[in-house]
Amino acid sequence: MAKRKERIDRGIKVRSDDIFALSSWREMLYLSSPRVLPIVIILFLAIFLSPYWQRVLLSVAVFGILSLSWDMLNQTGMISLGQSLFFGIGAYFAGTMNHYFGWHPFLTIPFAMIAGGLFCTVILMPLVRLRGIYFSMTTLILPIFFERLIEAARIFGGTEGLTGLQSLPYSWLELYLPLLFLLIVLFGFRRFMASDYGLVLKGIHDNDQSVKSSGININIYKAFVLFMASAVGCFAGAFITHVYLFVGMPVFALDYSILPIASSVVGGVGTFAGPVLGAFILVPLSEILRQFGGLRIVFYGMFLVIFIVALPDGIFPYIQRKYQQFERWVEVK
Amino acid sequence: MFLSTIVLGFINSIILALVALGFNLTFGISGVANFAYGGLYVFAGLTAWIFINIVKLPYIVSILLSIAATSLFGALIYRFILQRVRGIELSEVIATFGIGLAVLELFRYLGFYGFEYTLPVMFEGSINLFVVTVSIQRVMIVIIGIALAGGIWFFTHHTKIGLAFRGIAQDEYTALTLGIDSDFIATLSVAFGSTIAAISAVAIFPLGTISIEQGYVVLINALAVSIVGGLGSTGGLIIAAFIIGYLQTFTSAYIDTQWVMFVPPLIILAVLALKPSGLFGKQKELEERV
Repeated sequence: MAKRKERIDRGIKVRSDDIFALSSWREMLYLSSPRVLPIVIILFLAIFLSPYWQRVLLSVAVFGILSLSWDMLNQTGMISLGQSLFFGIGAYFAGTMNHYFGWHPFLTIPFAMIAGGLFCTVILMPLVRLRGIYFSMTTLILPIFFERLIEAARIFGGTEGLTGLQSLPYSWLELYLPLLFLLIVLFGFRRFMASDYGLVLKGIHDNDQSVKSSGININIYKAFVLFMASAVGCFAGAFITHVYLFVGMPVFALDYSILPIASSVVGGVGTFAGPVLGAFILVPLSEILRQFGGLRIVFYGMFLVIFIVALPDGIFPYIQRKYQQFERWVEVK
Repeated sequence: MFLSTIVLGFINSIILALVALGFNLTFGISGVANFAYGGLYVFAGLTAWIFINIVKLPYIVSILLSIAATSLFGALIYRFILQRVRGIELSEVIATFGIGLAVLELFRYLGFYGFEYTLPVMFEGSINLFVVTVSIQRVMIVIIGIALAGGIWFFTHHTKIGLAFRGIAQDEYTALTLGIDSDFIATLSVAFGSTIAAISAVAIFPLGTISIEQGYVVLINALAVSIVGGLGSTGGLIIAAFIIGYLQTFTSAYIDTQWVMFVPPLIILAVLALKPSGLFGKQKELEERV
């Protein structure tokens, strides 16, 4: 007898989808725990980890933010292979403002977000007319371009970089600011994609021609998404600049491009929660693998391939499915 | 000065075209993205080096073996990885990019970089071309480049398999109804693209040392030439290679060597802003670019 797996929504999922969610604590807990639990876990980790692992948590947050920015672009049909562009531009905007004009970090970080976001949007605007692979090809080149530009033109410190930047005024901010920002972006993006505006973006991802034929100017939408994603990416760069008190050519390194993609693929593309989960898995893993040096990037590459081929959904959709549905074997008639 | 720049620019352009031909054959003509191209290129160079210096095989044998190994590697990549994610753009890009990255960084980790990693030239010596002395290796590159470009044009227009390559890019389902096994053809196309990567690697690497960075540079140059020329058009690719090649050579001759790196991205941005389908792109003009 041939059998197949049948998946059915759990009763509690169906009940809590509408107003009956308010009928009992159990339903409300079912709804709220996936949202509250990550926040509690992150806060718990931030408080109780050792200083070394707190630094790791910091880079988890930074890479989580970059992954969210990547996933936002991806959900609008733009596959970026150059997240380090956003990271680097943000870092350089904050670094130069602080170094040459002595701006306070509280001023440079928002400035880097907005100005850097606009800058990246303007650079990438000619590319929004390209689809899929063509867009990826060009984003792959841009970070290398800026790296070489700084080296060749000897601007902003050239190969030496800018050192002696101002740190954040309170040391506890170095951990809580990126974590808070990560959570805001995570829940903000999820809510945003659930709105009508997000629906149009999903439409662009699925079939841009039909969105166009509905009389919607997709370039404006894409430009807005670009701005949002690059501003978020620039925050990560600007923030790290004030933690390392240094900005230089390494901010355009391949790590900042490849790790966000790897975390998104491992965690689950197109869910926002998945990329963050991926960052929580991959960044500590890369910390453990630090003794292997350059072999880390090899592992990322292998991870990408293995997950893309064997587990294309990623981890988060798997967990989500288990949480919302149950499975049983039924006979095929 | 000017005449010698013209000659060197010609050689540089042919090098660019040679590098881009393989990428264009897999991606432009058959529609299979191969971001592992740079990895395959360095793989070919280093396997040739290993065959010559560690296994101590004769030059010709090692080069043929390395070309065969690279082609096989390409075919295996398609058969075991790409075939499973075929048609999903995101997965294709990420999987091949991941493979290329893993190959390149693995070689870097194993320590395959430095001055001792050079391939021997095919023929020693140099000849006088009008005003400049050019090594025979460069002349060989020009000959190989022209022969390959002509060969690929003939292959994709006048042989059954070549026509099938173009068929699966234009419409895979229609190709299937005409009895073209699209998976087999795509495997071949990745393998042939890798063959060309290997040929260009053994031809070009003797000009300098085998460096890991070359893998990334080659991928970027191939992308630049393909985007500017318009994908799927071999003629456009050659013209784009000449535009980029001459601009690079003139930049290095009259401005500064370190600005050469900026030529490809700037041209890409300019071309995309003015004519998004590339200078001569016809295929999939509507479908691929909005």
